[in-house]
Amino acid sequence: MGQLKQVSELQTAADADARITPFPAPHRKSRVPWVAWLHRTFVVLMYLFMLSPLIFVVWLSFFKDAILYFPPSGYTLSWYHKAVTDSAFVNGFLTSLQVAIIASLCGVTLGVAASLGIIRYAFKGNNLVNTLLLSPLLVPGIVAGVAIYLAYLQVENLLDMDVVGTYGGLVLAHICLTIPWTVRLVSASMHGLDPSIVEAARNLGANSRVAFWRITLPMLRPAIVAATLFSFVVSFENLELSLSLVGPGRTTLPIAIMQYLEFNLDPTIAAVSAIQILLLGVVMLVTDRFVKLSQVV
Amino acid sequence: MAKVSIDRLKKTFGSAVAVSDFSLDIADGELVAFLGPSGCGKTTTLRMIAGFIEPTTGTIRIGDDDVTRMPVHKRNTGMVFQRYALFPHMTVSQNVLFGLEMHKVEPTERDKRMRTALDMVRMSSFHDRYPRQLSGGQQQRVAIARALAIQPRVFLLDEPLSNLDAKLRLEVREEIRDLQRNLGLTTIFVTHDQEEALAIADRMAIMYDGKIQQIGSPEELYERPDNLFVADFLGKMNFFEGKVSEAGKFITTSHQREIFIDGTERNVQKIGVRPERITLSAQPQGSNALTGVVDTAIYLGSILDVRVRLDSGEFVSAQLPNRGSEHAQHISEGARVHACFEPKDCVLFSE
Repeated sequence: MGQLKQVSELQTAADADARITPFPAPHRKSRVPWVAWLHRTFVVLMYLFMLSPLIFVVWLSFFKDAILYFPPSGYTLSWYHKAVTDSAFVNGFLTSLQVAIIASLCGVTLGVAASLGIIRYAFKGNNLVNTLLLSPLLVPGIVAGVAIYLAYLQVENLLDMDVVGTYGGLVLAHICLTIPWTVRLVSASMHGLDPSIVEAARNLGANSRVAFWRITLPMLRPAIVAATLFSFVVSFENLELSLSLVGPGRTTLPIAIMQYLEFNLDPTIAAVSAIQILLLGVVMLVTDRFVKLSQVV
Repeated sequence: MAKVSIDRLKKTFGSAVAVSDFSLDIADGELVAFLGPSGCGKTTTLRMIAGFIEPTTGTIRIGDDDVTRMPVHKRNTGMVFQRYALFPHMTVSQNVLFGLEMHKVEPTERDKRMRTALDMVRMSSFHDRYPRQLSGGQQQRVAIARALAIQPRVFLLDEPLSNLDAKLRLEVREEIRDLQRNLGLTTIFVTHDQEEALAIADRMAIMYDGKIQQIGSPEELYERPDNLFVADFLGKMNFFEGKVSEAGKFITTSHQREIFIDGTERNVQKIGVRPERITLSAQPQGSNALTGVVDTAIYLGSILDVRVRLDSGEFVSAQLPNRGSEHAQHISEGARVHACFEPKDCVLFSE
């Protein structure tokens, strides 16, 4: 959404350029609208390029034929019906939703605490901790998944309890997945805060606890909301990490989609994806109404 | 309001000494400015008084209470910060109310005090705005109202004007001074801007290298600087090195020139003359007249800033009031002039 806004600003700037002709020579007048049109066409094409997967997925989900071919022989809503009644998808959706909610809430709480520690207390090695917390972003998901799987096996051997395939094990891995996003967003936001604002609160009679809850945290609100949203999305759509950690009967939605794809290729997948796009889009739009995400991200 | 007494305050960070041997008594209702170049320890001292930094040794008293180890939020000081430090997520009135709430003022009383405080700085009509909707000057006014609403025992200002543009700076400065006088606020004002300090302070403490160099009224400090640092830091000064040959006569080392001085002190090693006490004339006038050639003459509107290269090779700077071009005819670059000054205008230094 931030990008949309920026580009529309660019657009108006280009318009303004087109209107203001500092040297009103005749040949210039004819050239400037041409450049502006070229610019507009380019922007529109870029957007089409970026959005085309989404557009096609949504379009495909309405195709009537079970085997995809072009042009479709007609349109139908039956794939949506199939998608919302298929128990694998419904259960996958519910599992993903639960995991994503718990993981993002836990991840954000831990991530905010970690950012506070890193920024506020310049302890020895705080840069190292910062890098470590961001490192999951650099490790390929499939590698991380296998690594966590092996680590869980060790824990199982040591403690003689089930970890792999349990709900807790999955959530724990997803929490690790979400923490970098929170640390990144919240610590960047904290860097931008003037430390004297909190000092002012202390000076006005607030003890450090009150200053934290009434001043520091509200100032970080946009970053925290954005971090929660990102964490949710990252966890919800994660495939690679979950792949090695889910147990029987506990598949997440992305895994359910993959398993379905192994044997079928009909527009049900497109319908599931369209629903997912719609849900995430609504969540983003609603959040953006309360916190301007474009200011944080 | 209360008096403040600081006794042998010292702060070290590791092996670095930030402030040492800082003793100062501030009377009830007095405005003291801490003036010095950056890194001289003035802000560190202010932050120790506010409680953000714990002193290594020494004591700070506000009124009759020893606050040296008291936490920030119990000290009841009202601080104004360089970058305003308003709470961005609160409106102007919420900003002011925050302190009143923390001080457990009755809710009905809070509103009244918030209004009074905002009225004082003429910001009442902005009470429902957010800080980002205000200009720098307006934000700093709100910050002042917020600090004063809690009726602090000491009013602390940390370079409050340095983020404002020149015209506003003057305006807010006058406002601070008026408020301080009318309310009888015991005030500490930290600045690196000497004009600000001179204009606003009852007394000023000039700091350098973590130590107070001199404390006194603006006039005392300017007219009778204790040491070379103060003389050089506050305004401009022309220096001559040398020694006293007989009472009232100073011989410069470099060119054995005689300069008549006031006073009978023998152990004088340097004398200083302020540029505005030097007059330039075609003919020698008064007791001391050093001959030279005008090197540069810079027109600064209200004054002419002239640099004269003396025949001895030294440079002397003189500031002449602009009284029209007919008075400055003899001051063109390359013209021969006499730099004249009186013995009473020489400041003597024995270090």
